[in-house]
Amino acid sequence: MDQLYALSVTVPLVAAAALLATRPLFARHRRVLDLVAAGVSAAVAVMLGFLVFRTSGADSTYWFAGFRPSGGIVIGIDFEAGPLSAGLACLGAVLMTASMVFSWRYFPRAGGYFHVLMLTFLAGMTGFCLTGDVFDLFVWFELMGVSAYALTAYRPEERGPIQGALNFAITNSVGAYLSLTGIALIYGRTGALNMAQIAAYVSHHPPSGLIVIAFLLIITGLLVKGAIVPFHFWLADAHAVAPTPVCVLFSGVMVELGLYGIARMYWSVFGTGLGHRAAISHLFLALGLLTAVVGALFCFRERHVKRLLAFSTISHAGMFLAGFALLTPLGLAGAALYVTGHAFVKAALFLAVGIVLHRLRSVNETWLHGRGRRLPVTGVIFTVAAFGLADLPPFGTFLGKGWIEDSAAAPWLTAIFIACGVLVGGAVLRVAGGVFYGLGDPPGEDPQMAAEANEETGETDEGRQRTPLSMLIPAAALAALGLAAGVAAMAPKIAAGIEAAAARFQDQPAYIATVLTSAHVTRVAPPYPVAPADVTVGSVVTALCSVLGAAALALAALYWRRLPLLRRGYEPGAGLTVPIRRFQSGIINDYITWLVAGVATLGGVLALVIR
Amino acid sequence: MGIVPFLVVAWIIVAGLYGIVTSRDLIHTIVCLIVVQSSTYVLLLGVGYVTGGAAPYFWDIPVGTRAVDPVVQALALTDVVVEAAVTALLLAFAVQAQKRFGTLDPSQLAEFKG
Repeated sequence: MDQLYALSVTVPLVAAAALLATRPLFARHRRVLDLVAAGVSAAVAVMLGFLVFRTSGADSTYWFAGFRPSGGIVIGIDFEAGPLSAGLACLGAVLMTASMVFSWRYFPRAGGYFHVLMLTFLAGMTGFCLTGDVFDLFVWFELMGVSAYALTAYRPEERGPIQGALNFAITNSVGAYLSLTGIALIYGRTGALNMAQIAAYVSHHPPSGLIVIAFLLIITGLLVKGAIVPFHFWLADAHAVAPTPVCVLFSGVMVELGLYGIARMYWSVFGTGLGHRAAISHLFLALGLLTAVVGALFCFRERHVKRLLAFSTISHAGMFLAGFALLTPLGLAGAALYVTGHAFVKAALFLAVGIVLHRLRSVNETWLHGRGRRLPVTGVIFTVAAFGLADLPPFGTFLGKGWIEDSAAAPWLTAIFIACGVLVGGAVLRVAGGVFYGLGDPPGEDPQMAAEANEETGETDEGRQRTPLSMLIPAAALAALGLAAGVAAMAPKIAAGIEAAAARFQDQPAYIATVLTSAHVTRVAPPYPVAPADVTVGSVVTALCSVLGAAALALAALYWRRLPLLRRGYEPGAGLTVPIRRFQSGIINDYITWLVAGVATLGGVLALVIR
Repeated sequence: MGIVPFLVVAWIIVAGLYGIVTSRDLIHTIVCLIVVQSSTYVLLLGVGYVTGGAAPYFWDIPVGTRAVDPVVQALALTDVVVEAAVTALLLAFAVQAQKRFGTLDPSQLAEFKG
């Protein structure tokens, strides 16, 4: 059974290599490629699901080639699986399977190396989740990254994808190299690359400047991947141009993996050594809430539907980080559930947009106004998933967010969460109402719009008269899974299980014991206050307020021309266009400048709080 | 060796980042990215250096001889592989950018924001 750990990454890697080697044989039988890729993804999902089940009682470790540590010194390389890490990897494999099924009829030709790249991407994500070694973390990060850059530029004959992929690749590479610098520094100080061994060293020595710098540098790459302001600029550029089945994985899992990496680094490696729990909590809470607000504002003003969903991912990433940053088991459990619910509904939304692009040849909300009425089933899926994204009970998003709010028990945090939920939900519901039901006033003809409307021509097949079932079923299934995640987590037993898993994830001594001495830690003494994870009246009321606010905002955005308060000819937010274009400029030089400024600021703050 | 390698590393990182921030040409940007990555080679090898240490091949030297750390050398090698992959991909993107946009200036590429 232990071989499952190794198989979960070797199977996709070997399959990718085999597909690459035998590709010429399948030039006329592209369905073989589709079948192998979808089958491998599903097999990995099953293997990882089994790992989640098996580690639900206690985390376990797998040592490659049986090189076990002795006397606290690690000489081998390990995979460490717990319910949260294996669960996130499993989520990635499920989304991969769905997008493989979706792309069955989506791409015009077998084209290029899509399946190979998707499989290496899957291996990178799985390895990143399971690895217990900081250098391997970097290697999996880069494997995932290189596959993702190539997938973004899957249509190199167009302008947008090249520009988006360049920004994505350069920003993420700079982040990754700073991470590697941090890893080298920590190796120089501790002589170890294994997370548990580093943690054992760091927690028994007073925090030095070098440890703080190493922590800062390592999380920089992960903050870039996690799209936290001001490291987030690449995300909208890349998501807007990547093929839609790839966007599903970018938004649903890849961004969350960056945040998972930060959580892993903090709890498994540096947490005890750094100390200053309250200050670090406040720092990351501030970063998360800033990201949530910035992402929500940009989301609401966007008209390119894929970019709109990308900005909503930034906003949600901020809320996930805020959940982690509470440093409580309930906060982490809430973030984990929120990530799951969000991944399913966001994936369903992206697939629905993919169907719109396939049938109507555009993702411009203004141009699409009312034209989506030809796609009633897609409209229903999009609308249901949009309500899921707006945290309608009992979607997984609602309960996850509710747990984070319960754990914080701070009215201002709840207020910011509601505001972001209203903006993001309002934006997505506005798209649903305008595009699929023709609500609101028809937009005026905009000269720029017609030019922008049909720029996404090369991605998918010629517009067809019918939507293939292989596209509708994955989208509908993902929306249903988003609902099921919330319903399942309402069961007290499952909720308690998630919270216990979160408490174990946060217990550094238990992690060290699991890895270094193969201990079977089933019960941890929670170092942080434990609050029961259940459905509170407060969270239901908050979520309903948020959904109602989002629906009202969406209607207001659709019918604003009729509002008596506004003078004629007024365009909301018209004066902000220039500053916003300068901020989100699309120029890689600016993005790197923001990255450097962000690292310097974070370093300054960390230096002030940790002495 | 003391603090010198770390100062060199910091200098290389800053020089590379300055190059990326002020770049007017994508090829220049990509080369500056390589410069940033080169700092990690210096850092890795500097971290594992032992004054007077032999090469860590315990084939023709007796076990227990003072040797430099072989782990960082393996890491640096892996790092080189990663760099090769990333650079090749980025240069391919740059070729496509030149074909589609007719320019390699990052600020003009941004005109066609996707």
